[in-house]
Amino acid sequence: MTFEPKILGFLCNWCCYAGADMAGTSRMQYPPNFRIIRIMCTARLDPTFILKAFSEGADGVFIGGCHLGDCHYVAGNYKAERRVKLVHDLLGELGLEKERLMLKWVSASEGERFANTVKDFTSTIKKVGPSPLRSA
Amino acid sequence: MSDEPRVGIYVCHCGINIAGVIDVEEVVDYAKTLDGVIVARDDKYMCSDPGQDLIKKDIVENKLNRIVVAACSPRMHEPTFRTACSEAGLNPYLFEMANIREHASWVHMSEPEAATQKAKDQVRMAVAKARLLEPLENPRVDVTKASLVIGGGIAGIQASLDLADQGYKVYLVEKTPSIGGVMAQLDKTFPTMDCSACILTPKMVDVSRHPNIEMITYAEVKEVDGYIGNFKVKVEKKPKFVNADSCTGCGQCADACPIEVPNEFDYGLGTRKAIYVPFPQAVPLIYTVDSENCVGCRMCDNVCDPDSIEFDQKAEEVILEVGTIILAAGFKVFDAKRKEEYGYGVHDNVITAIEFERLINASGPTGGKLLRPSDGKEPKSIGFIQCVGSRDVTIGNPYCSRVCCMYAIKNARLYKEKHPDAEIYIFYMDIRAFGKGYEEFYQAAQEDYGVKFLKGRPAKIDEDKNTKNLLLNVEDTMLGANLEMEMDLVVLSVGMEPPEDADQLQKVLRLSRSADGFFMEAHPKLRPVDTLTAGVFLAGTVQGPKDIPDTVVQGSAAASRASIPMSKGEVEVEPVIATVDDEACIGCRICERVCDFGAIEVVERKAKVNDVLCQGCGGCAGACPTGSMQIRHFSDKQIMAMIEAAFEEEK
Repeated sequence: MTFEPKILGFLCNWCCYAGADMAGTSRMQYPPNFRIIRIMCTARLDPTFILKAFSEGADGVFIGGCHLGDCHYVAGNYKAERRVKLVHDLLGELGLEKERLMLKWVSASEGERFANTVKDFTSTIKKVGPSPLRSA
Repeated sequence: MSDEPRVGIYVCHCGINIAGVIDVEEVVDYAKTLDGVIVARDDKYMCSDPGQDLIKKDIVENKLNRIVVAACSPRMHEPTFRTACSEAGLNPYLFEMANIREHASWVHMSEPEAATQKAKDQVRMAVAKARLLEPLENPRVDVTKASLVIGGGIAGIQASLDLADQGYKVYLVEKTPSIGGVMAQLDKTFPTMDCSACILTPKMVDVSRHPNIEMITYAEVKEVDGYIGNFKVKVEKKPKFVNADSCTGCGQCADACPIEVPNEFDYGLGTRKAIYVPFPQAVPLIYTVDSENCVGCRMCDNVCDPDSIEFDQKAEEVILEVGTIILAAGFKVFDAKRKEEYGYGVHDNVITAIEFERLINASGPTGGKLLRPSDGKEPKSIGFIQCVGSRDVTIGNPYCSRVCCMYAIKNARLYKEKHPDAEIYIFYMDIRAFGKGYEEFYQAAQEDYGVKFLKGRPAKIDEDKNTKNLLLNVEDTMLGANLEMEMDLVVLSVGMEPPEDADQLQKVLRLSRSADGFFMEAHPKLRPVDTLTAGVFLAGTVQGPKDIPDTVVQGSAAASRASIPMSKGEVEVEPVIATVDDEACIGCRICERVCDFGAIEVVERKAKVNDVLCQGCGGCAGACPTGSMQIRHFSDKQIMAMIEAAFEEEK
C-alpha cells in the first residue's frame, strides 16, 4: 500500500481557516491527508500541541495563520512564529525531520494558496516517509 | 444537567453538495459507535427548519446535552445551530461543528472514500471536543450611541446623514481639507446628466449644518482600540494654520499669497495658492495653509480681516468614543503611467478620464473648455481607450472597474453635444451598461450622437512630433483588420484601485482584504456591508469598484446596519476569552507581558483577566508555563482531546 500521510493542521479562524473555506467554495481539489483543528488565532498554539500531535503519530503538523501584519489580534502570528521556531529546533532531538513541521501564512481570500500548500506539504511528507514515532 | 455527556450527531447532506461525494450513511453509522453518542441522524438540509427541529426535538426527548453537526463551515452556520440549541433550552456553547463540506466534499470530489474517511475523522474529533464543552454565558455590554465614519466622499456623506437623521452622533473624519471626495471632481454624471456638484453640494452643506454631525477634516485615524459598542479612536488633526472658528472663507488670503503650486484637485492641470481651499464649494469653507509650500511671508496674515491665520498651530490628537465604525475611504484612480504603451506623461495629448472631467468642468482650470494640453486648441477627434488599469492581468488588476464604460460614453456624448462634427471613437473590449437606464444611454450614444465604438484596444500610441497628434495602432477585432488611426486627443479610461492608505487602515481596523486589494465584506451576498470585525462596516468603493448609485445605496446600507446595535443599546460579547486557574497560577507575569490588549494584570501573584478588554486570541494560554491560563471553548483539554481523536484510528 502506498504511504498516505496523516497531517494535522491548526488553522486560525480569521485567515487560514477562511482561506481553506475559500478553497472549498472555489472547488479547488487537493489531497485528503489533512485533519483540521480550528483555533481563533495561531497565538493560541501551545508548543505542546505540536509535540502531542507528533507523539500521537502525526506524519506532519501544519500551522496556518494570517500574513504578518494582518493578524486579527494585532500580533498573534508573531507569537506563533516564535513558538514554532522553538519546536522546530527541538524536532531533531526527537528524531524527527524538520520538514515535518510547517508554518505558513494564508489570507482569507487565498484559497488557491491554501490548496497549493496542502499539495506541497503532503508531497513533502510523502517523500520524508512515515513518522518514526508512529506506533507500529 | 448531569455532567455525563449525551451527544447527538447530525450529518447534513447539503442536497448533493456533501452526499454527492461523502457516504453520509457510513458517517452516521460510524458516529453511533463513538463514546457518549446517544443519537446520530442525517438530513437533507440540517440548516432548514425541519433539520433544526430534529435537533431541538432530540434535545428535549433524548435529554441530549452536547450537539455536533457535520455540515458546512462553522463560519457559515455555527450561529444558526447555536440558536437552535438555545431555543431547545441547551446552552449554545455546548455545540460543535465538523466541516465536511468546504474542507472535504468540495475539495476531494474525485476521492469519495478518502473524503468519507476524513469526514469520519473530523466527526470523531468534534465529538471528542464536544464531550468536554462547557456552558458559557454571553456578557452584555452597553453600546455608545455614536458612530465614526472614515472618509467624506459620497458614501461617507450618505452614511453620516442617515445615522445623524436617526439621532445618532456622527464623527465624520476626512483626510483632505474638504468633504466631497471624487464625486466633487466630476462634471456630469451618467445616465441622467445631472451636474455632479449640483447634486452633491447640497448634501455636503446638509452635513455641515447637521446638529448631530461633527466633521473632522484634514485628519487621520491613527488608532482604534476596543470592540463593538465601545471603540476608542485616536484621530490626528493636522494643523490648517487657520482658525476654523473665525475664518469666513472670503479668500483674501489666497489672493494675497504669492506662491502658486499645481492643484491636486485638478490633477495638477491648474494651480492653487499655498493657502487654499481645494475647490470653491468646499465644506467646510475654511482655508488651509499647505506647510510644504508656504514660505512664511505672512502676506495672508496681513490681509486677513478676522485675524484667523495661526502659524503656531500644532497637530492635535482627539480621542473619540463610538459604538460603531463605517469605513468609507473610497478609491485611488489608476496611475496611467503604468501602461507605458499609451504614453501617458510622455505624449502631451494623452490625458486620463479624471483630467477630462476637470477640463470640461466649469470650475476647472480651463473654465470648462476642453483644450489640448499641447497647443490649447479644441480637439476635432478624440479616442477614448477603455479598461486602462482594469481587466488587465499584466498590471495585476483582473477586475472590472464598473464605471469606465459609462463615463466614457457620457464624456463622448457631452463633447458631441457641443461639437457635433467631432470624430469620437471609443476603443473597447466589451461595453458593460448594466444599470438602470444605462443600456438606453449607450444606445443613444451610437444612434443619436454618432459616437463610434470600435471593438479593440490600441496596442501602442505614438506621437506625431510636429502636430502632436496621436497615432493609434489598433486591431478592429470585428473586422479582423489592423488600423492606424490619428487622433487629436486620447483619453484613457482609468479604473479604480484600493485607496492609498489601505494598508494603514487595514492595520488600524484589523480588517481583511480580498485578492483585488479592496476591503472584504463578511459575506459577498448576504452581508455585503458587514466586516468580520463586529461593529465595523464598509460603504462605497473601499469595498470594490462601484458607481455613484451603488455607492449611495451602500452608504445607506452601512448606516442601517450600524444603527442596529446602537438602537438596541446593548450587544452580547463573545464569552470565548481567557480564564485563570488560581490554584495553578504561579504569578510569573508571562501572560501579562504577552497580551497585546492590556487585558491581564497580576495582582497578589495571581493573573487576573479583564473580561471586556480580552479579545480571546489565546496568546496568553499558548505562553503559560503551568497551563493555568486557559481560553474558554478552546482549552488545552479540549484541543488535546481533538489531537488524540485525530489519530485514534492509527492505534
